[in-house]
Amino acid sequence: MGTLMGRMLLGEIAVKTEELTRVFRLRKREAREGRREILALDRVNLEVCWGELFGLLGPNGAGKTTLIKILATLLAPTSGRAWVAGADVVENPAEVRRHINMVCGGETSGYGLLTVEENLWMFAQFYGIPSREARRRIRELLSLVGMADRASTKVYHLSSGMRQKMNIVRGFLTDPKILFLDEPTLGLDVQTARTIRDFVRQWLLDHPDRTILLTTHYMHEADELCQRVAIIDRGRILACAPPAELKKALQRDVVFRLYVEGIADAKNLLDGMKGVRALAQHMEEGRLSVDLILSEEEALVSVLSRLHAAGARLAELKKEEPTLEDVFLSLVGRKLSEESP
Amino acid sequence: MRRLFEAWHGFKAGTWLGWQIESNWTEPFLFAIYSVIKPVAGVLILVFMYLLVAKGGLENPLFPQAFLGTTFYLYVVNVLSGISWTVIDDREHYGMLKYVYMAPMHLYGYLLGRGMAKTAVATISVLITLAFGLAFLKVRLSLVNPGLFTAALILGLAALAFYGILLAGVSLLIARHGWVVGDVVAGGLYLLCGTAFPLSLLPLPFRALGLWLPPTYWFEALRRTLLGQGLHAELSPFSDSTLLLILAGATFLGMALSLWIFRVAERIAVRRGLLDMQTMY
Ligand SMILES: Nc1ncnc2c1ncn2[C@@H]1O[C@H](COP(=O)(O)OP(=O)(O)OP(=O)(O)O)[C@@H](O)[C@H]1O
Ligand SMILES: [Mg+2]
Repeated sequence: MGTLMGRMLLGEIAVKTEELTRVFRLRKREAREGRREILALDRVNLEVCWGELFGLLGPNGAGKTTLIKILATLLAPTSGRAWVAGADVVENPAEVRRHINMVCGGETSGYGLLTVEENLWMFAQFYGIPSREARRRIRELLSLVGMADRASTKVYHLSSGMRQKMNIVRGFLTDPKILFLDEPTLGLDVQTARTIRDFVRQWLLDHPDRTILLTTHYMHEADELCQRVAIIDRGRILACAPPAELKKALQRDVVFRLYVEGIADAKNLLDGMKGVRALAQHMEEGRLSVDLILSEEEALVSVLSRLHAAGARLAELKKEEPTLEDVFLSLVGRKLSEESP
Repeated sequence: MRRLFEAWHGFKAGTWLGWQIESNWTEPFLFAIYSVIKPVAGVLILVFMYLLVAKGGLENPLFPQAFLGTTFYLYVVNVLSGISWTVIDDREHYGMLKYVYMAPMHLYGYLLGRGMAKTAVATISVLITLAFGLAFLKVRLSLVNPGLFTAALILGLAALAFYGILLAGVSLLIARHGWVVGDVVAGGLYLLCGTAFPLSLLPLPFRALGLWLPPTYWFEALRRTLLGQGLHAELSPFSDSTLLLILAGATFLGMALSLWIFRVAERIAVRRGLLDMQTMY
C-alpha cells in the first residue's frame, strides 16, 4: 500500500481500484432466478498508468459499464475504493470530474433541437472552455471524424452512427486527462468503427500523457488498440496483461478449429477428456464448428477418434494462432460472444 | 471558490440551453401555442366560469383578483414544475443527465440556469396574458408601490426556482413517477394557494394548509401592489412589509431546503444508480 500510494503521488497511476465491489439489489419482481442481488463487480483491483490505452474486455453483463460508471462518479461502489487522477471517487468526486470525460457507445443521447455544433459548444461551456477555443476544437475534431459538413445539422436529423461520432467528439472536446470509452464502436458499421479506432489511436499519439480506459466485447478491438487488457467476466478480473503476453500464455497450448457434420453436440462428448483444456461450439451453415484448446497436440488423435465413434464426419480442420478470444475461452470456458449467465 | 466558479459555468450553460429548448424559435407555430394560446385559453376558462356562475360576471370584484392569480400562476407551472421536469427530461428523453452530472460544474447551478430560462419564457406568457386582460377583460391594473412589487416579484420567482430544484431532487428518486411529481404539486398549489378564489371557500383543513404555502403570500403581495387590495380575509391583518418579510423567509428557507435536499437526493441517486436510468423506453 505504501509503495502504491507513493506511485500514485509520484503520478504514475491514473486510475486505481482496490477491492472494488458493486452489488445491485433488485426488487422482488425483478429477481433473476430467485436471486435478488447481482454481484456486478467482485473485488476488482486495477491500476492504469498515465499515457496508457487500457482495455477492459468482457462479454455482455460482465460489469464493464458498472466499473466505468463508478470511476466516472455516476455510481457509488458498495465496498472497496477507487481513485481517478489521484482523487477518491467517493470522497472527492468534484475533483475527479475536472479530469475526466466519458463516451458510451450504442446510445442516442444529445439535445435533438440543437445543432451538432451547439450541442458540443454547450458542453465545452460546462467545462469552462473559452468559446473561441471551443469552436476551434469542435471544427477540428468534427473534420477528423468526417463530420465537418454536419456542424449545423440538427441532432435529431443525424443517423445513429453520426450521433455516436458526435458523442465521441464530445468526449475528446474537453481534452480530458482520463477518458472513459464504454464500447465506443458498439453498433457501428465496419467503416465507421475503423474511423473511430484510428481516431482514438491518433489522438493518443498526439497527446501521449493522456489516458484512455476503453471497454469492449470485440476481441480484435482490444487486441488492436490496447497496450494492456484486463479480461473481466461476472464482475471478476481474470487476467490483466498486454495482449501479446496473454496470447503467449496460450502458446504452449494448441488451438484447433474443426468443422464436423453428423452430430449436433461435441461438448458433452469431449468435455473432461485428457488434454482438452477448453472448447466452445456453435452451428454454422448446418455444420458444427468447434473451437478446441488442447494442452498437447497428441490429444487431437483421441478427440478425433471419439468424434468418429459418435458418428461425426470431419469436414475441416485448422490449426490456429491463439487470439484473445481463445485466451478468454481458456480462462472462462465460454466464448466472449456468449453472455454472462 | 473554484466550486462557485464551476456553479457559475453551470448556471450560464443551463440558462443558454434552457433558452434554446424553451423558446424553440425555429418553430414559431409551436412557440405561439405554448406561450400565447395556452395561457390565454387558461384565462378564457376562468372568464367562462365567472360568466356562468359568478354574480355580475366579469364585473364581479373577485374577477380581477382571480385573473391576476391565474396569470402569475403561469410562473408556478413553468418554473416550479418546469425545473423538476428538467431532470427527468434530461435523463430519459435526451439521455444527457449523466453527462451533465459528470461535468465539473455543479448540477444545482445548471438547474438554476434552466429555471432562469423558464422564467424568461414564462414572463412572455405573463405579459401577453396581462395585455389580453387589460384589452378585453376590463381588468384595471395600477402599480401602487413599484418597490414592493419588484421585491415581491423577485423573491417569489427565486422561491419558485428553489422549490423547483427541491422537487427535481425528489423526482430523481421517484423512479417511475418522476414525471408527475411537478404536475401534482402545481395542481395542488392552484387549489390551495387561493389562485382563483378566496381561501375562505376552502374547507378548514385545506385553508390552514394554504396559509402555510408561500405562493399564497406571493399572490397576495402581487394583488396588493397591482390591484390596490388583497384577496384573502385571513391575510388582511398583515401589513405589506410583514407580507414581504414572510415571503423573504420562505425564499430563504426554500434555498436552504433545496440545497440540502438536492444534495441528499443526489447522494441517493448515485448510490442506487438512478442518474442514467431509463424508465420510459
Ligand atoms: N441498475 C442496475 N440494476 C440492477 N442490475 C444492474 C444494474 N446495472 C447493471 N446491472 C447488472 O450488473 C451486471 C453488470 O452489468 P454491466 O452493465 O456493468 O455489464 P457490461 O459488461 O457493461 O455489459 P454490456 O456488454 O452488456 O454493456 C449485469 O448482470 C447487469 O444486469
Ligand atoms: Mg456495458
